[in-house]
Amino acid sequence: MERKTVLYAEHEAAGARMVPFAGWLMPLSYGSELAEHRAVREDAGMFDVSHMGIADIEGEGAGDFLRRLLANDVARLVVSGQAQYGVMLNAEGGILDDLIVYYLAPGRYRVVINAARREADLNWMRRRGGAAVRIVEREDLALIAVQGPRARERSVAELPEVIKGGALDLKPFTAAARGDWLVARTGYTGEDGWEVMLPADRASSLWRDLVTAGVRPCGLAARDSLRLEAGLNLYGQDMDEATHPYESNLGWTVALKPRNRDFIGRDALERVESAGSRRRLVGLILRTRGMIRHGQAVRTADGEGVVTSGGFSPSLERSIALARIPAGEAGEATVEIRGRAVAAAIIKPPFVRRGKLLVTLDNQA
Amino acid sequence: MSDVPTDLRYTETHEWLREEDDGSLLLGVTAHAVELLGDLVYVELPEPESELSEGEACAVVESTKAASDIYSPVDGVVEAVNEALSDSPELVNQDPYGEGWLVRIRPATAELPDSLLDAEQYTNHIESAG
Repeated sequence: MERKTVLYAEHEAAGARMVPFAGWLMPLSYGSELAEHRAVREDAGMFDVSHMGIADIEGEGAGDFLRRLLANDVARLVVSGQAQYGVMLNAEGGILDDLIVYYLAPGRYRVVINAARREADLNWMRRRGGAAVRIVEREDLALIAVQGPRARERSVAELPEVIKGGALDLKPFTAAARGDWLVARTGYTGEDGWEVMLPADRASSLWRDLVTAGVRPCGLAARDSLRLEAGLNLYGQDMDEATHPYESNLGWTVALKPRNRDFIGRDALERVESAGSRRRLVGLILRTRGMIRHGQAVRTADGEGVVTSGGFSPSLERSIALARIPAGEAGEATVEIRGRAVAAAIIKPPFVRRGKLLVTLDNQA
Repeated sequence: MSDVPTDLRYTETHEWLREEDDGSLLLGVTAHAVELLGDLVYVELPEPESELSEGEACAVVESTKAASDIYSPVDGVVEAVNEALSDSPELVNQDPYGEGWLVRIRPATAELPDSLLDAEQYTNHIESAG
């Protein structure tokens, strides 16, 4: 039996098509996922992401614990409210999950983790946290992502007084927290916007207010096409325990300096770094009509690979994908689509960011 | 409940067939199928003049999430395909029984297979499938 978020009744009332996702019953779309996609690229849309795991990591050992636990270095977070994206690795350098860490105050951090990895992550963390660390899951909070070029202006008036004040001044990847409310200028769509954490019992009224303010409810289908265009990995598809950050476009989230920070997976990553990664995660744009799908075979001059995420890009009006292929310089590929080899350009993601197309078939990397 | 026109015949795999005055058959996908699929973004249609066999895949409709085979309900030959869908696959969402037709078939025999459902049977079929 799937769990329901606190906003379930809102989705039902709006006629959403609900589907099982990571143990939850979530809206796939509210009618047209293409219209939802466009709303986020051109105006404002919102997603119920309350299924994601939220945990507070507190105590005098919290900072040191996270510096041991994560491949990115939370010591880089020095101002309260700063956020950081990164990955949690196993000892072999395989990716256990990707997550965002918010630095709230000395000895107080908050992490947001994938719904499908929530239990595994929390077990992994609890086995490694000592007496100086408290890990408190925040199932009392809901999470709404408001995304799009007009997301902030449309939604600011709907925020409570305590948090409204500085919300428009937040810089990208920073957050403001007041009590159980937290507004962060982060997201998973490639557009400007906010992610709002709030007490679960306030979520429905905010959701309705945002609808009235012209923010369009969007489902998982639009979320997937938006994140794919933005070149953002989906855990379990584009990366997992069998892949490391350097072959997942996530080398930038690995902090090997300072050299004396001994994080889990460090030795394995140093070996990869010195030997060179054998695979790379690239973007593909199909040169002709057709649809690239997860799992299809990819052929390049450097050898064979596989599509990790594929689909239709509403912004580019053609099929795009993320694919893991052998390391090298190849700029062209063919994708095996239903028995046909179809030509695709290899590009460096993202495809789209802040409403702008960043790739064409002529400027492949 | 989705629209199920009474003048059409249906398959359990959610295709519809319309008998035209000239003896040809129009093939499409039902409103119920389209609701399940979501927005269509790509339609692959057969070559005109290609041969069709009852129960064999003859076209593919792809939504944002998945590809679905469309099966020919009869033996026959492709007389025409709906060229408008190559640029506007959304016509299938907007008008599945009209502008969103897929293939015009010249059937091998005038007799339609007994396995085809009428509107009432198809309605029962989709209701029992939940």
